[in-house]
Amino acid sequence: MAETTTTTPVAGDDPPRPDGPSRTDDSRTDGSRTGDSPAYGVLGDSLRTYRMVAAMWIRSTMAYRVSFALTLFNSFCVTFFDFVVILLMFGQVKGLGGFSFAEVAFLYGTAGTAFGIADLTMGSLQRMGRRVRDGSLDTFLMRPAPLLAQVAADKFALRRFGRVVQALLVLVWSLFLLDVDWTPVKAVLLPVTVVCGAVIFGAVMVTGASALFWLQDAAEVTNAFTYGGNTLLQYPPTIFAQELVRGVVYVVPLAFVSWLPALYVLGRPAPAGVPDWAAFASPLVALVCCGVAGLAWRAGIRSYRSTGS
Amino acid sequence: MSSTEPFIHLDGLEKTFTVRRRAGLIRREKREVRAVDGISFGVERGEMVGYIGPNGAGKSTTIKMLTGILTPSGGRLRVAGIDPSRERTRLARRIGVVFGQRTTLWWDLPLKDSYRLMHRMYRIPDARYRENLDRYVNLLDLGDLLDVPVRQLSLGQRMRGDIAAALLHDPEVLYLDEPTIGLDVVSKAKVREFLKDLNGERGTTVLLTTHDLTDIEQLCSRVMVIDHGRLMYDGELAGLHGVGESERLLVVDLERELPPIEVPGARFVRAEGPRQWLAFPAADSAAPLVAAVAAAHPLVDLSVREPDIEAVIAKMYGGTREERRESLR
Repeated sequence: MAETTTTTPVAGDDPPRPDGPSRTDDSRTDGSRTGDSPAYGVLGDSLRTYRMVAAMWIRSTMAYRVSFALTLFNSFCVTFFDFVVILLMFGQVKGLGGFSFAEVAFLYGTAGTAFGIADLTMGSLQRMGRRVRDGSLDTFLMRPAPLLAQVAADKFALRRFGRVVQALLVLVWSLFLLDVDWTPVKAVLLPVTVVCGAVIFGAVMVTGASALFWLQDAAEVTNAFTYGGNTLLQYPPTIFAQELVRGVVYVVPLAFVSWLPALYVLGRPAPAGVPDWAAFASPLVALVCCGVAGLAWRAGIRSYRSTGS
Repeated sequence: MSSTEPFIHLDGLEKTFTVRRRAGLIRREKREVRAVDGISFGVERGEMVGYIGPNGAGKSTTIKMLTGILTPSGGRLRVAGIDPSRERTRLARRIGVVFGQRTTLWWDLPLKDSYRLMHRMYRIPDARYRENLDRYVNLLDLGDLLDVPVRQLSLGQRMRGDIAAALLHDPEVLYLDEPTIGLDVVSKAKVREFLKDLNGERGTTVLLTTHDLTDIEQLCSRVMVIDHGRLMYDGELAGLHGVGESERLLVVDLERELPPIEVPGARFVRAEGPRQWLAFPAADSAAPLVAAVAAAHPLVDLSVREPDIEAVIAKMYGGTREERRESLR
């Protein structure tokens, strides 16, 4: 008797099983208070979810190590051949649009690394269209975690890391070849550029994925901006039409991913009459892009229609 | 949460979809479809309610609004005092959802990986998680399936896996959308038994949509019928006009083509070669009927078809859905 009276009020590690419809409200609010602490915020929650889901996918990929090593190597090779094209080209010509091989390699490295990071972390968003079409997005929406993090981390493919490594190698190589007067500003600008570039690419991917809530088959349009944008940025702006260059400065601000800051590092003027200070505007542009992407995403979720049944 | 408001509360809930249809080469016609057209009801804690209606009546749309997946076009909606579409992720921790036609599990991962992820995503306390997992693995016979990737599970296995997944975080409400669809008789019985116990022991509120009248008969004391996005009936199953008169079908495969079978308690419906269809009241047992048929005829095979909701509702309004539609024009 005495034992039962003492154990009941104790909130032990093993809570008493709620019996019948009299389940207490108290235990529930308690539970949600600890789990739902507002200190986390959406961003913290998103990061936590992303880490969790991505970690699980990595673990499941690592179950087949050889297969993983092969796909990683494959991803590395595919992007490497991409660069071989540039190598071959410079076997025939001395410069491209007035840019030396080292300079083109530098452009290639900065854009490629930024894109690689974005592709690694956000590439799964491409599959959103299918999820919207077949209604399997419902499942994600029913879970107590931010949707964007769930979709972006879904089937997290570590093999995409091969692209990052390849672009990074080219970037490092170009740094040895380049003849640049390094200043502290330039030294700081380079890593900042790569990070901001990845964020801008990521924001474009999210914005594109948001459009899929309405246009389920528009994934290719986004790819034109992301994969296409990456290819565009790997070459000097001087070889493209000025209208195109202006487009990626003012419309879809991909020029801030690498062109503008990289040209500053190389000591070259900004293209298409863009003011020189624009080279330092990448963080601001990245922030604005994230804002636009966030709004688009929210609007997309609210207009999600699911499927029949 | 105010104490006077029911646990689940819908007040004039509406959902309209705009459907665009091509009319000619470029011109597109816009048309509004009211999937849910002003539904109001309340469900108290611990109730087990059947939510039924023909295909396209608006059942799934309602459930999706209750989970926050879809944003209502009008009306008011509260689940546990929460507005689902505004606070979807907060509500998610307190509800469990099982879609019969779609898994909530990670398709390519072993069942136990899915559960492990749920554990962390729902922030279930460790002790609670282990206790629940053991319990449901036991009750739903999942022991041998934990290491199998979800895509390799049979429909019945997957359904049991899904039900366990929906309950790991001790939801206060469980929405079940066609939980027995496509299951064999044994699996159906298992699922029903489990749900009944769950509601009895844990007091989980259950809202169930189904096409299978037996689900409702065995589980729900209260049933709501929805058609064309409107609530047509809310009350006891017995009160549903037409339920008592509903019939089951006995499908008999004979060795050869024979004249219509005549047995007491059943009515000959039609024949197709050696196969014959007999109808008998849904409330009657099939056993004596089968015995009577087998005694007098050379049997090859037989099966029993349960009456479905569609038939009952059609009877309820007299005539089939198509006929009603005609009469509306």
